[in-house]
Amino acid sequence: MDLFEYQARDLFAKHDVPVLAGEVIDTPEAAREITERLGGKSVVKAQVKVGGRGKAGGVKVAGSPDEAVARANDILGMDIKGHTVHKVMLAELAPEIAEEYYVSFLLDRANRTFLSIASVEGGMDIEEVAATRPEAVAKTPIDAIDGVTPDKAREIVEAAKFPAEVADKVAAVLVKLWDVFIKEDALLVEVNPLAKVASGDILALDGKVSLDDNAEFRHPDFEALHDKAAANPLEAAAKEKGLNYVKLDGEVGIIGNGAGLVMSTLDVVAYAGEEHGGVKPANFLDIGGGASAQVMANGLEIILGDPDVRSVFVNVFGGITACDEVANGIVQALQLLEERGEKVEKPLVVRLDGNNAELGRKILSDANHPLVQRVDTMDGAAAKAAELAAAK
Amino acid sequence: MSIWLNKDSKVIVQGMTGATGMKHTKLMLGDGTNVVGGVNPRKAGQTVDFDGTEVPVFGTVKEAIEKTGADVTVIFVPEKFTKDAVIEAIDAEIPLAVVITEGIAVHDSAAFWAYAGKKGNKTRIIGPNCPGIITPGGSNVGIIPGDITKPGRIGLVSKSGTLTYQMMYELRDIGFTTAVGIGGDPIIGTTHIDALAAFQDDPDTDLIVMIGEIGGDAEERAAAFIKENVTKPVVGYVAGFTAPEGKTMGHAGAIVSGSSGTAQAKKEALEAAGVKVGKTPTETAKLAREILAG
Repeated sequence: MDLFEYQARDLFAKHDVPVLAGEVIDTPEAAREITERLGGKSVVKAQVKVGGRGKAGGVKVAGSPDEAVARANDILGMDIKGHTVHKVMLAELAPEIAEEYYVSFLLDRANRTFLSIASVEGGMDIEEVAATRPEAVAKTPIDAIDGVTPDKAREIVEAAKFPAEVADKVAAVLVKLWDVFIKEDALLVEVNPLAKVASGDILALDGKVSLDDNAEFRHPDFEALHDKAAANPLEAAAKEKGLNYVKLDGEVGIIGNGAGLVMSTLDVVAYAGEEHGGVKPANFLDIGGGASAQVMANGLEIILGDPDVRSVFVNVFGGITACDEVANGIVQALQLLEERGEKVEKPLVVRLDGNNAELGRKILSDANHPLVQRVDTMDGAAAKAAELAAAK
Repeated sequence: MSIWLNKDSKVIVQGMTGATGMKHTKLMLGDGTNVVGGVNPRKAGQTVDFDGTEVPVFGTVKEAIEKTGADVTVIFVPEKFTKDAVIEAIDAEIPLAVVITEGIAVHDSAAFWAYAGKKGNKTRIIGPNCPGIITPGGSNVGIIPGDITKPGRIGLVSKSGTLTYQMMYELRDIGFTTAVGIGGDPIIGTTHIDALAAFQDDPDTDLIVMIGEIGGDAEERAAAFIKENVTKPVVGYVAGFTAPEGKTMGHAGAIVSGSSGTAQAKKEALEAAGVKVGKTPTETAKLAREILAG
């Protein structure tokens, strides 16, 4: 889960990382009172999970409370690279900046540990700096058990060649940022810029934090951080039912079991679509291992409720999942929808293999539903589903 | 022959007395796996009956090893307790720990991986979030269905569970030495490279099938390893060509970020190392079949 800047700021403040005062709002009028509280001036910052908002006009300085309302009004609702601005943060005006640095902690998959990246050339695109002047970026591995001790922080500061007069202060900030990383179960904590201001103090002026959804069991507060406004309504409905669903932009609804098989199904459908008018997969939906008939029915209901879907491909290889449960789920879902008076008109192509496949196939044959057809190979079934979507 | 697991392997189950552990212990026994014990401190001293096979429950992994000579543990405990279970296995220095549990926090897997390193890597960890390992006709540890295929000449290593099953099914008439599911999490114990090296050294494995998916650069590193070290034919498959950037596709590790981790980059790296890469699982199986037919 990627956080908004204001959420990252709040987490930084919680762990004593030095930040500027800031508050988030979703209506322009609220900008007045906050700006008054911030001393009559503020920076109005669009809250979007995409880079380059400054260039897009999403960050403006307001010299008065009235101007803050006007700027908030301009920015709220703005589209930045396909992201609509629903919230703006009003931040205290930064003191004069002397220098801008970059620091982050992140997961290093290749080395199965954590990594610190630090540079005294912050403020701009760090990937650009890393590509053109790799010597200006210091990468330091962090042991997952030992973490960032004051000694480790000192090592990072030295590796990145921070000026002597800020070394102690930056090292202290690094230890606190590591607290954010470890105590909040973050996958990324990034500060850019980490600024040295005229007084000599160090401040985290902008930050990015990404949290590990798998750690939610020990962080009940994660729930409140979810961006419900941005979630696609189908994704929100699927999440409520505990389904692993991602909306895509095609026409063939996909249900399968196991993340790898479902990803593979998307690919196979896209290839088949090349022969059938360019139809593409409409979603990713993994019903997981050992799915019951009820889970299958829930999934099918979400897919059939997607107006973009023109045909559905159910692709199951039964490992723990039993194919008879899947077949029963399909039959139940169709009955349920018809009893509710919803007319199901989208054709379903079903491919079942593995655990209890014969039984599952028999259940579908016996039900003999006019919209359901069985194709017993994955590539063949994908071609059929693509053909049906193209024909609609 | 096989890699890492054979009919003589003595297997214990951490989390055997939970619902998932019970279900799969029964299936593993049915496949001929030599399950010699379970671990649960609250039920130590009891035995559990699986269709006439009495399996004793021990208080700790260490005790289970002392009493039974176990050399493999399979972990089914819930995600909140998995880190402690793996650390217990590492402390007991069991040679192989297979971690089936999914949904483990990355900080927990990073911690147990770092711990294994500090203890000298005496325990091979497979997983987490994986289907396990099967040596058909010998032993089955985890949740891979035991009846898909038979012993044979192919070695299989895969990030994905169901694609493992699909590929075993496609090539069921030829059969497998060992199939190992390494899991799709951002941090895993055993990697593609570890399995490739082991299959290269296994005299009965004539061909290796490697299944990857989007996210990270494990496939690219495996490609470099193949180029330098693997003389046996390798056939590859990569899932996730159509996955959009920034969306996590089910596995916590399956996310394309920026220009890295794409299926296309992985395919190109593998092909550059001489690996034949199939467009679909079925086509991949066909490539394997053609190579083995000579």
